[in-house]
Amino acid sequence: MTKTIRSYLTLFALVGLLGACATTTEEEPAPTPTPTPEPVVETFDEPEPEPVVADVDTVFYFEFDQSILSSEARAALTVHAEMLRSSPKSVRLEGHADERGSREYNMALGERRANAVRDFLVLQGVDASYIETVSYGEERPAELGSYESAWTRNRRVEMQ
Amino acid sequence: MKIKLLLMTLLLCCSLNLSAELTIEITQGVNDPTPIAVVPFGGHATSQNIASIVAADLRRSGLFRPIPQTDMLSLPTAQADIYFRDWRVLGASYLLIGRLRKNVDTFALDYELFDVLSQRKIFRKTATGDQFALRDIAHAVSDQVYEAITGIRGAFATKILYVEDLRRGPNRYRIVKADADGARPQILFSSNQPLMSPTWSHDLKQVAYVSFETNRPAIFRHNILTNEREQLTNYRGLNGAPSWSPDGARLALVLSKDGNPEIYTLDLASRKLSRITRHFGIDTEPNWTADGKGIIFTSNRGGSPQIYQVGLASGRVERLTFEGDYNARPRVSPDGKSLVMVHRENGVYHIAWQDIASGDMRVLTETWLDESPSIAPNGAMLLYATQHNNKGVLAAVSMDAGVKFRLPSKQGDVREPAWSPFNPFNPFNSK
Repeated sequence: MTKTIRSYLTLFALVGLLGACATTTEEEPAPTPTPTPEPVVETFDEPEPEPVVADVDTVFYFEFDQSILSSEARAALTVHAEMLRSSPKSVRLEGHADERGSREYNMALGERRANAVRDFLVLQGVDASYIETVSYGEERPAELGSYESAWTRNRRVEMQ
Repeated sequence: MKIKLLLMTLLLCCSLNLSAELTIEITQGVNDPTPIAVVPFGGHATSQNIASIVAADLRRSGLFRPIPQTDMLSLPTAQADIYFRDWRVLGASYLLIGRLRKNVDTFALDYELFDVLSQRKIFRKTATGDQFALRDIAHAVSDQVYEAITGIRGAFATKILYVEDLRRGPNRYRIVKADADGARPQILFSSNQPLMSPTWSHDLKQVAYVSFETNRPAIFRHNILTNEREQLTNYRGLNGAPSWSPDGARLALVLSKDGNPEIYTLDLASRKLSRITRHFGIDTEPNWTADGKGIIFTSNRGGSPQIYQVGLASGRVERLTFEGDYNARPRVSPDGKSLVMVHRENGVYHIAWQDIASGDMRVLTETWLDESPSIAPNGAMLLYATQHNNKGVLAAVSMDAGVKFRLPSKQGDVREPAWSPFNPFNPFNSK
């Protein structure tokens, strides 16, 4: 818990920086609200500082055929929610499933997982209009392979 | 010069559209396949050996054992040249001979099927086509021979769709159309984003599939004659599992725009959307019943994924599967009497068949991670996706599980086969 609070504090201090990072990592051309009063200067010559979000998980894993958030996912999402409340930005939640079972059913499963993450963030006060959910089912595995450790890595929601 | 140019353009077009061909490995046939002699056809010589395509078709059905050409004692091309003794010695039950004629710009194959034991002619027929249709002629011959001997309509002249994933590189995802034997693969569409759930319209002129090219799943229809594409859905959430109604007027599909996955039908002319299911569980993978009056689908409303049927007029939902804790992705057989599905048994995913009236279920496959069954329009076999040597491959199994074969890919993963309906306007049908 103290670890969570500490990482949250560090993050909060660096929220301005974060905004800058987020604009460069965004793939979507979606309108990104920039609440930071300081104008963000994009420099392509200098390398950007490492994103602070790296400290908090942005991938959340699920049990087989389940869309229930783990305690680790809840802890990380609490930090994300805090950040998103204080500095709203668009997030995309991509839900995924492992390869077992039928593909369209896995699409539904991936969506359930993405929705579970979204619902948690909204419950924590994040504006739902900033959150987009997309399911990729089993179509975009994080790891190719037909064994337990690959399946475990593939049942996930990625926050982007 | 002009012809040379044309040829080069044609070649270029072909190579651009080319996808690696799937080659067939028969893994199990019936115990006692019928021996048949398919004699190399006489007459005009072409680069394509039509007789060997016919022999391969018949072998792949699992019901026939074509006699190797090297064992043949004579190579008759006309009835007068047949010595039935030669074929009895080889144990052939049937004998197929033929001659290819070249007209101005078409070919005609006259072919005759004989019963060796009774020394009786079963039929004499002619199949015609142009120089690009020699494979079609071969498949039309296979269809006629198969039907004359088994009493079941042949499905060798049908097509398949599948998804190919090269695993890397640009445009790694492809929707491919090919002959039912995997020959003549042609890429209909390719994308950097995933493609899934290809399905045929019943007139074979269009296909529908799910594409993520907009960074979200969306259903597209694609006219395979004109190559025109049209995005049919762009709703929030899932847009998936398209299935064409038997009359071609509607598409069943899955949308989660109202909160969770539900089955809808889309009238293609009026664009009117009708919601078919109402349940907080997952409802997905619709497939029309043979009469077009109902839809079977996967739902986890009972706790685990099972197959249900909904009547479109009554809206009444009925559960069809009760064996096992995972039954999904159903497809109805052409006669409407049975269904096939993905069935989990001891944690392993197989393809299973079920008689709808009695509820009797039979597991058809022994492979692993089996999915996406698609039944041939004659109901004799089904194609499905499985894994072999850590690659996604297509495999086939007869509905009685007696015959099995694989169509391994040379590159990447191959999955989601969709066997076409019979061609209602097959120009190569024999007379």
